[in-house]
Amino acid sequence: MLENLLTHSAFEILTLSDRAAQALAENPWEAAGYTLLALGGTGAFLSLLGMALIYVERKVAAHFQCRLGPMRVGWHGMLQSIADALKLLQKEDIIPEKADKLLFFLAPVFSIIATVLALIIIPMSPSLQVVDLNIGVIFISAVGGFGVLGILLAGWSSNNKWSLLGAMRAGAQFISYEISVTLSLLVITLLAGSLQLSEIVQSQQDGWWIWRGHIVGVVAFFVFIISSTAELNRPPFDLPEAESELTGGFHTEYSGLRFSFFFLAEFINMFIASALGATLFFGGWMPFHIGGFETFNSIMDLIPPGLWFAGKTAFIVFLMMWVRWTFPRLRVDQLMRLEWKFLLPVGFINLFAAATIVLTKLYFFPGQ
Amino acid sequence: MDYFFVLLFVGLAVALVGGGLAISHLIAPHRPNIVKAQPYECGERTVGPAWVHFNVGYYLFALLFLVFDVEAAFLYPWALVFREVGVIALLEVGIFIVILLVALMYAWKKGVLEWV
Repeated sequence: MLENLLTHSAFEILTLSDRAAQALAENPWEAAGYTLLALGGTGAFLSLLGMALIYVERKVAAHFQCRLGPMRVGWHGMLQSIADALKLLQKEDIIPEKADKLLFFLAPVFSIIATVLALIIIPMSPSLQVVDLNIGVIFISAVGGFGVLGILLAGWSSNNKWSLLGAMRAGAQFISYEISVTLSLLVITLLAGSLQLSEIVQSQQDGWWIWRGHIVGVVAFFVFIISSTAELNRPPFDLPEAESELTGGFHTEYSGLRFSFFFLAEFINMFIASALGATLFFGGWMPFHIGGFETFNSIMDLIPPGLWFAGKTAFIVFLMMWVRWTFPRLRVDQLMRLEWKFLLPVGFINLFAAATIVLTKLYFFPGQ
Repeated sequence: MDYFFVLLFVGLAVALVGGGLAISHLIAPHRPNIVKAQPYECGERTVGPAWVHFNVGYYLFALLFLVFDVEAAFLYPWALVFREVGVIALLEVGIFIVILLVALMYAWKKGVLEWV
């Protein structure tokens, strides 16, 4: 099993579920090994990435505001998130007396389930993907919708006015911006002709869709990044948890570790949205290729695909943080106006433009 | 096999939350009292329940969303086979979407999209 993992060609697609399926016939123990590796790896990745992202967010915020941010725990505050996690673990778990106990318990579970399921289908490199579903794009939208169910349940079950308002806002915001996200995902589906994430990545071997699809690709990317920021409830669209109006929004009544699950889910979801943006528009793990320039492409192939993916995702994550600390929060009516009167018409026009490009083959650098 | 894996990861998520809460339950203090268990209302005594009627505007947006989301479900297969079908597919979906957009325009003019 170990030598299989080590002697693997960098550009050959082989997901962990495929490895397990192949090994199942001859050696069930090896299949179990791959499964455990996938489970343990995802669990560890989830917790470490969550803590790292929280630390980065705090540092980025601090430097945008000419502060230093966390500096005390570890070198430049590197261990701050671990200290916070330990602190949250020791906090009393308060369940309000009038809450709907079952739903109150289920809400963070739903959020984490949605996050884990979206995380496993992201192709981080040709061999670093847990499952490669053939309906990848639809699956991501579906589990995204499941995640907002957790927020709605949290708000409703708390029996708290702030929570209810936050949850209703989250629901309205999510369903509104879901349409725009779908429209920009449809543009890429149209260009790539597939819903499977690994196939979408491979369809970009002559150039990433954001520049091969020139104007359409750029517009779709901006629609995607604005709408997914709104779906993630990140500022400037953080109405569901607007501190200055709603205390804590949907998680007002959540304390200790239960609260931290929502927090973790929110940060991992930011990573997932960035990774999805990188996969669909910037080619995921696909190195920077230009159709027809084979020498240039082979030089670019020297950088390992995992590094390409990490770089692109980190770029979009930074973009989201930059936006967060630059723009003030929108009002509810502004939020709804932006989606229904601006992004939705733009999305539809863009979809038709994409269809025309596919028909007339007006790609930038036609390649094949 | 793929979906069996997906199911396994649902289990992983439940285990993560359950395990975390179990550890927290072991080491965290547990001293409930009446005031602590009340819903938070900025330090004031709670007034009335929170399970009440809310703004009808949310329902209107939900109805509009339903229309466009079902349409998106139709568009995914269309986007996949678009290359093979060609111009006809573009025209047919064009008519379909224009009808939906007329509905959106109607709602817009009626003031559904204004948040009050």
